[in-house]
Amino acid sequence: METKKRRTSGGKKTQDNCVIRLENVNKSYENGIPALMDINLKIEKGEFVFIVGDSGSGKSTLIKLLLRELVATSGKVEVSGYDLMNIKRNKIPMFRRKLGVVFQDFRLLKDRNVYENVAFAQRIVQVPSMDIRKNVPGILSQVGLANKYKSPIVELSGGEQQRVALARALVNKPNLLLADEPTGNLDPKSTLEIMKLLEKINEDGTTVVIVTHNREIVNDMKKRVITLKKGVIVSDEKKGGYIDED
Amino acid sequence: MKISTFFYTLKQGIASIFRNKWFTLASVATIAACLFVFGIAYILTLNAANILHNAEERVSITVFFDEGIEEKRIQDIGFLIEDMKSRGIVARYEFVSAEQAWESFSKELGENAQGFTENPLADSANYQIYLNDISRQDEVVSYLESVEGIRKINKSDLTVDALSGLSTIVTFISVSMIVILFAVSIFLISNTVTIGISVRKEEINIMKYIGATDFFVRAPFVFEGMIIGFIGSAIPLAALFYIYVAALDFIGGVFGFLSGIVVTLPPAQIFMGLVPISLLIGVGIGFFGSFFTVRKHLHV
Repeated sequence: METKKRRTSGGKKTQDNCVIRLENVNKSYENGIPALMDINLKIEKGEFVFIVGDSGSGKSTLIKLLLRELVATSGKVEVSGYDLMNIKRNKIPMFRRKLGVVFQDFRLLKDRNVYENVAFAQRIVQVPSMDIRKNVPGILSQVGLANKYKSPIVELSGGEQQRVALARALVNKPNLLLADEPTGNLDPKSTLEIMKLLEKINEDGTTVVIVTHNREIVNDMKKRVITLKKGVIVSDEKKGGYIDED
Repeated sequence: MKISTFFYTLKQGIASIFRNKWFTLASVATIAACLFVFGIAYILTLNAANILHNAEERVSITVFFDEGIEEKRIQDIGFLIEDMKSRGIVARYEFVSAEQAWESFSKELGENAQGFTENPLADSANYQIYLNDISRQDEVVSYLESVEGIRKINKSDLTVDALSGLSTIVTFISVSMIVILFAVSIFLISNTVTIGISVRKEEINIMKYIGATDFFVRAPFVFEGMIIGFIGSAIPLAALFYIYVAALDFIGGVFGFLSGIVVTLPPAQIFMGLVPISLLIGVGIGFFGSFFTVRKHLHV
C-alpha cells in the first residue's frame, strides 16, 4: 500500500502518487479576461498525458502555471509535491530542478555546443565535474546524439536541436517532463522520432505531459488526452483523441 | 557556494566577455571615456587647488609696531600670534627686525642704497603672518588692530579677494563637471548594459527554467561587469599617466619661468589617489550595473 504524506503549507513538498494536482484553479490576466476557469486535474506518476486545444484555449497558461511562471488567481496548484500557490521565491529553482522542460523553440544556448548545453543543466544543480563528464555522454547516447556532442547548436537540424533540449531536460533525472509544443517546429519525420523518444522516456518511469495542437500524433498515440476549450476542460479521456473545435 | 561553482561562474563571465565582443568593447569604451574625462577633471582640480594653495601661502599680513615700543611688548604680540597659530588660524609667522628689513630693501635698491648712513627703516620691525585660510584675513586683521602696540597692518585685499574668488570658481566647476560626468556615465553605462542584457535575456530565461538560482544566473554577469569595469578604468589610468608626465615635461620646458607660480603636483601624488578612485568607480559601476540590470530579468 502506498504511503501518503502531504504538507501543503508554505510551498513545502508533499508526497503521494499525484505528480500534478489542480483543484478549482482559476486564472485571469490583469485585463480581467479569464484564461482558465475552475480547472480540476490530477496526473499520476508514470502517466503520459496530452493537453490539447486550439489557440486561446488556455493550454499555454496552464503550462505556465505548472512551471510556476504564472500564479493562479485562485485554487490549488501542486506539482512534484510543491504547493505552487505558496512556494517562496527562493524555492522556485529547487522546484524547477525536479522538472524537465522542453519548448517548441528548443531554447538552447546557441553560442555553446551540444555537450555544453546538456552539461549546463548539471552545472546548475552543482553536479561535480567528474560526474558531468560521465552523465552527459550517457544521456546524449540515449537521445541518439552521442557522435554530435561537439557540434555547435546552430549546425544541428530542428529535430536534433529538440533532442538536445530533451537530453538537457532529462540529464538531472526529473520525475516529470513538461513539453510545450515539442514538435511545433519539426517536420513529420522528426516529429515521429521525438514522440518515440518521449514514449521511451515515459516507459522508463518519467511522467510526461505534452501540450500540443498536433492532431495526428495525439490520435496515433492513444494516450490520455485532456482537451481545453476557452479556458475550461471539456474532456479528459484515458485513451483519447483530438477533439475538433467544431 | 561551492568553490567549483565560483570558478565555473567566473569562467562563464570571462567566456562571455569574449563571446560578446561588441558589447564588451562598447562597455569598456563607455567606462573608459567617462573615467578619462573624470581623470582629467581630477588632475586639473588637484593642480588648480595646489596652485591656489601655493599662492595663498605667499599672501601675508605685515604687522608694524608703535614707535619706541619695548622689546617685551613685541614679544607679547608674538605670543598672541603664537596663540592663533596653535588654534590653526595662522600657518606660520616670522619676526623681521628693522635691520633685516633694511637689508632686504637695500638689496632691491642696489647701488642707490649706498647713500644711507643710518637705517631709514628704523621703525620697520614687523611680524610677517601667513594664514592657513586667507578668507579669515579680515577677522585676524580686525583682532590685531585692537591689540596695543600695533601701529599699522599691511594686507593685500586684492589678492585675497582674487584668490578666494578663483578658489570658489575652481571648486564649483570641478564639482559640476564631476556631477555631470557621473550622471552621463551612469546613463551611458546603464544603456550599454541594458542592451547587452536584453540580447541575452533568452539565456537568462533558459537558466531560470532549468532551475538556476538568482545567484547562479547573476554571477557570470556580475563577474563580467566587474572585469569590464576594471579594464575600462585601467585603460584611461595608463593613458592619463603618460599624458600627465608628458604635460609636466612640456610645462616645465615652455613655462619654466612660471615655476614659482605654477607649482604642479608630481605624478605619484596625483595617481596615488586617482588609481584607487578610478578602479573603485569602474569596478563599482560594472558590479552594480550588471547586478541591477540582471535583476530586472530574474523574475521568470
